[in-house]
Amino acid sequence: MVQVLQIMEPGQTPDHQEGETDFAIGIDLGTTNSVVAVSTNNAVEVLKDEDGEALVPSIVAYAPDGSAMVGELAKRLLLMRPDSVVSSIKRLMGRGPKDLKSLGGQLPFDLASGGENDGQLVRLNVGNQVLTPIEISADILRALQARAEDHLGGVVKKAVITVPAYFDDAQRTATKDAARLAGLEVLRLVNEPTAAALAYGLDKDAEGLYAVYDLGGGTFDVSLLRMQKGVFQVLATGGDAALGGDDFDHAIADHFLAERKAKFGDVELSSSDVKLALMTGRLAKECLTGVEDGEWSLTIGDQVSQHSLSRETFDGLIASDVNRTVKICHEVLTEAGFDPEDIKGVVLVGGSTRVPSVRQAVADYFGTDPLADIDPDQVVAVGAALQAEALTTGSDTLLLDITPLSLGLETMGGLVEKVIMRNTPIPVAKAQEFTTFKDGQSAMAIHVVQGEREMVDQNRSLARFNLTGIPAMAAGAAHIRVTFQVDADGLLTVSASEETSGIEQQVEVKPSYGLSEEEMSQMLYDSMANAKGDMELRLLGEARVEAERAMNAVTSALQADCKLLSVEEREAIGEKMDALHHIIKGDDRDAINTAAEALDAATQDFAEKRMDKGIRDALTGVEVSALSD
Amino acid sequence: MGAANLSTSSLMNMNSIETAATAMKSCWSCKGPVGLSALFCSTCSAVQGPAAVTHFQRLGVEYSFDVDVQALDQLYFDLQRQLHPDRFASCTSKEKALSQQQATALNDAYEILKDPLRRADYMVHVQGIDVLPEGCNLVHDQSILIEAMEMRERLESVEAVADLNVIAKQSKAAIEKVIAQLSTVFKDGDVEAACKLTTRLKYLHKMMGEVRHVRARLMS
Repeated sequence: MVQVLQIMEPGQTPDHQEGETDFAIGIDLGTTNSVVAVSTNNAVEVLKDEDGEALVPSIVAYAPDGSAMVGELAKRLLLMRPDSVVSSIKRLMGRGPKDLKSLGGQLPFDLASGGENDGQLVRLNVGNQVLTPIEISADILRALQARAEDHLGGVVKKAVITVPAYFDDAQRTATKDAARLAGLEVLRLVNEPTAAALAYGLDKDAEGLYAVYDLGGGTFDVSLLRMQKGVFQVLATGGDAALGGDDFDHAIADHFLAERKAKFGDVELSSSDVKLALMTGRLAKECLTGVEDGEWSLTIGDQVSQHSLSRETFDGLIASDVNRTVKICHEVLTEAGFDPEDIKGVVLVGGSTRVPSVRQAVADYFGTDPLADIDPDQVVAVGAALQAEALTTGSDTLLLDITPLSLGLETMGGLVEKVIMRNTPIPVAKAQEFTTFKDGQSAMAIHVVQGEREMVDQNRSLARFNLTGIPAMAAGAAHIRVTFQVDADGLLTVSASEETSGIEQQVEVKPSYGLSEEEMSQMLYDSMANAKGDMELRLLGEARVEAERAMNAVTSALQADCKLLSVEEREAIGEKMDALHHIIKGDDRDAINTAAEALDAATQDFAEKRMDKGIRDALTGVEVSALSD
Repeated sequence: MGAANLSTSSLMNMNSIETAATAMKSCWSCKGPVGLSALFCSTCSAVQGPAAVTHFQRLGVEYSFDVDVQALDQLYFDLQRQLHPDRFASCTSKEKALSQQQATALNDAYEILKDPLRRADYMVHVQGIDVLPEGCNLVHDQSILIEAMEMRERLESVEAVADLNVIAKQSKAAIEKVIAQLSTVFKDGDVEAACKLTTRLKYLHKMMGEVRHVRARLMS
């Protein structure tokens, strides 16, 4: 039987309060640079500083009083005051100390003590403070928010923030937490390649199968999308959340440091020496995009060394990284059942796609010249801004994304039982049943992991919790149902229930490397004197939206069925409507809620009458058809 | 005679009344009557939760193994356009939650119907039989097991990509043939045959996965 669709006007955005400007911005929160853009009537403006620079270096410098300075100025301080400046913080989002990559035995970050244990969030010593990557990212977001507010001349509270498609749950949660600290409501986390595709697709009316090759500072993603008439359907995605242009800098820095070692012998390096080597590596990499070779010097202590590097040597240094990206492209295509010839175009995203050998490798593999006519550094922010506008003002564009990594549970012997396979369209919910293995077992440990490998310890551990209070039963008699739910932001919620007893436990998966609710409140409290005011504003906004929904519903009901009411009854409802209408213009949340409840109470009888009438009408239909039989 | 007639007809009436009453629920937003499978309230336009319907009904396609995947795509896109959480980003949390449930149900239905193996599995399931992941404990068909074992042996001894390509080509052809056969047996309503073919299709798919593994091994 074909379902009859009753479609009116779905999902209408409630009208904004009069006189209230409500901008939603798009933010590309990058490893190396961040970009903020805003879209009005599908025309995107990338917001620039006084010097016309769109890129905000994702670098934060902390003053002795703890205040943060973000961007170009902080970048200049990186070498002068390395101890109080942080760069590439995105690499540490949702990560534990063990994930960090060292260079020359030194990390380019100064880890605070006490964070070395597995399952703990990385904490950094910056200046005289100890900060988490989430707090540092929040400072970058605040700077972008401030830039947007300056440009738009209004308050900005809503944003679409992009994340690498290959970000796992811990990294996504950390990003959302950072936004919360910055006082930004995340309308949606959008995957970077999907945002880039949106920017291209809308701009070019692209149709067919496209690949997005996104090599940023710290992450690599490749996504395969089908585009048609405003639909962006992501079919498959792959990548490496720890592979990017930073690794090219590392490769050059390693090369230079090895040359120094050959010359001066072993010298112990400080964290600022490492930063200097990395910056020199980065400079060399950028120069070699335009020139064939060059020479750089490195001053550590009082020893100065000269290093010459040709593009050919550089290509050799990064060849294994570049090959790895091509291999990942191949895997993604093969798994989705496509050949390179099937791809109509390849979109380049990320500053690292400027490296000539990267571009060449992409062109060689796909057999087509890649598209880069939208600035690869800005294309993601452009897409994010378009989506921010679509989410606030409505749009016909449809983004259908997928989950990049499989989600599963630990079972006996450290094996992983996958519950949601990667490349499944989101939102998605899947349940799996498990049972007890001992007689009288009263609790079950549930360990949620993300990744493709068969053994638990080769995957990322997202969360652990215990389902307790299972009634005593023989082994194998309990039916424990674990449900995984991934929302449109790609964030996971897990719940577990024992079917025979009805015991249910729900956990919002708080990743092992995330913030606890207490830590979050403390940070909100510490970081913003007006945090409470922000929360109050949000609740007020929610109360208004709900009140408007209720008024719209009653108005529609009155239009349809007002003859069911007497004049007095109609007046009584009208009175409550007027009251609510008046009260939502004010700022008293409790008063709004009370007035909404009063309206609800005043319409109870009306609702009953309408249901009665509905059933009567349906029965009349039945009787007529029964008679005609 | 007359009395019996009366009671039958009133019984029929009772059933119809029950159907009429249960085919309707109260809209969570305006509290008025709304059809059980309506996506939106016809009075106040509020989004409703997903109805308990089959995957075929949810996407509005005819119950049949022969699904036109292109048409399915369009139906799925049209429904997601109306129901996806992106459409409800500025709405109340209740509307957000309902839209998420609707979009989740659509994705579930779409994923199953677009893929012949999962579609066959689902149709056999709907008709009352579970084809278990391994299949073997249900279908006592020696020929399927023997075929699978032989294929595996061949795969294990493969040394050149060319030989692998032969196996891949054969498996692909076999998959296409099984899908054609499934179409016939589902039309004939032969559930047992459908069950056997679905089991065989699972083996063949597994085989294709292993072919990919062996190819990766041979290439590296």
